[in-house]
Amino acid sequence: MLRALRVASPLAVVALWQLASSLGVLDPSTLASPAQLARTAWELTRSGELPHAVAVSARRAALGFALGAAVAIAAGTVVGLSRVGDAVLDPLMQMLRMLPLFGLVPLFIIWFGIQEEPKIYLVALAVVVPLYLNLVAALRGVDRDLVEVARVLRLRRAEAVRHVYLPAVLPGVLVGLRQALGLAWITLIVAEQVNAGAGLGFLVNNARDFLLTDVIVVGLLCYAALGLVTDGVVRALEWRALRWRDGGETA
Amino acid sequence: MTGTDLTTPVVAAAHGVRRAFGDHVVLDGVDLEIRRGEFVTLLGRSGSGKSTLLRIVGGLDQGAEGDVRTGTAPAVVFQDPRLLPWRRVLDNVALGLRGPDARARSTEVLDEVGLAGRERAWPRQLSGGQRQRVALARALVREPDLLLLDEPFSALDALTRISAQQLVRRLVDVHRPAVLMVTHDVEEALLLVDRVVLVDDGRIALDEEVGVRRPRRRDDPDLVRWRTRLLGLLGVADA
Ligand SMILES: Nc1ncnc2c1ncn2[C@@H]1O[C@H](COP(=O)(O)OP(=O)(O)OP(=O)(O)O)[C@@H](O)[C@H]1O
Ligand SMILES: [Mg+2]
Repeated sequence: MLRALRVASPLAVVALWQLASSLGVLDPSTLASPAQLARTAWELTRSGELPHAVAVSARRAALGFALGAAVAIAAGTVVGLSRVGDAVLDPLMQMLRMLPLFGLVPLFIIWFGIQEEPKIYLVALAVVVPLYLNLVAALRGVDRDLVEVARVLRLRRAEAVRHVYLPAVLPGVLVGLRQALGLAWITLIVAEQVNAGAGLGFLVNNARDFLLTDVIVVGLLCYAALGLVTDGVVRALEWRALRWRDGGETA
Repeated sequence: MTGTDLTTPVVAAAHGVRRAFGDHVVLDGVDLEIRRGEFVTLLGRSGSGKSTLLRIVGGLDQGAEGDVRTGTAPAVVFQDPRLLPWRRVLDNVALGLRGPDARARSTEVLDEVGLAGRERAWPRQLSGGQRQRVALARALVREPDLLLLDEPFSALDALTRISAQQLVRRLVDVHRPAVLMVTHDVEEALLLVDRVVLVDDGRIALDEEVGVRRPRRRDDPDLVRWRTRLLGLLGVADA
């Protein structure tokens, strides 16, 4: 019953929206109708324009994310496990945290041009901070008693990492991962708005010049869908990795 | 009866050990040797430094002064079970074990501590006493030469307690590790062990063989005399 209600309210909004468009209350140059959106999405897909744009944007997000995650994991591990590393690296990372991310866009364009690099680096920068902060906090919070157990059981370094450290930091890292992914998409959208010769942002920007609200909304929906997909991946990881917390049925 | 004499090799030793936390001196001038196959209990009031001494003998305390020699393969059962919450019971027991039969041996030991069939449970699905038995199994499966037990039976009900005690006693007789066990239960100690060590005021106040013949009975007059004496030393009136 409640489930049905959850689906019903969004459907009602879409129905009203379509009604307003059909009656001419809603001007297509303000907002295209749902039916028009579906048609546009289909045509853009058939022409190959939309899949190409999605692929370009997804690639930027993936590369930026990978780069940012690599930096965050390397720096976070050093800072979280070594006092010297903490003293040397943490101030730098805290400075990074204070940087106004979107304020860097003009500088990045001057430095890296208008091709792929500035967008990828901007996404990377957005990913680094939340992932780093969460990883460091998680590493500092690892139960020392369990670390001692690893020592008593004479676990090799790799075993201690696999059986003690990784599972211990995973909940914190997953929180960081979700924050990072959310920021990554927002950053990409902003970066692509400013300047892009391909990708979803390019599609949307072009459409704006011709008042094609249907294309703009389709582009936005694609961003949303991509965000949902990555969030779903993290959720699945979470479910798989944190089973021990609420396990009740498997024993 | 387990025979230990001066020719039996010393597995772990502490000489002139001192341990302070800040200004608070917990142990001062402690000497202790445990030989192969010897089952020693460590008694003392709460806060007297039993767990601290146990950790020192296990080589786990970097802050202790004095000469310490620990076993070549020590195993510790801590006062709290310290299981990895994200590993199933069997994986906790088999953690770090080498060899193809590691899991089979772990299953066997779990069976011995009365946890057959719970191999795939998560630690949080077990009761406190069951978790402690998993910790015991994790130590026993390693066939240590030095077994350190910090109140291993305190969370067990009377019946499980007896079978766990017998299990440890049997293990000592078969594999002959040196065992140091902290307990608050004087009677349990007297029924099980070969030697009693009592810590008081930072020192070893007593270190003696319990020469009572086995199998021991609670109402053995020698044992009753031991009991009265120890309770007196611990400052507890005999009930
Ligand atoms: N890490 C620590 N930091 C500061 N003080 C400590 C630490 N560990 C133990 N102590 C102190 O040392 C003393 C002895 O502690 P210990 O845990 O060895 O006692 P215990 O004999 O095992 O007591 P119980 O029977 O209650 O377990 C206590 O006063 C305790 O406060
Ligand atoms: Mg203690």
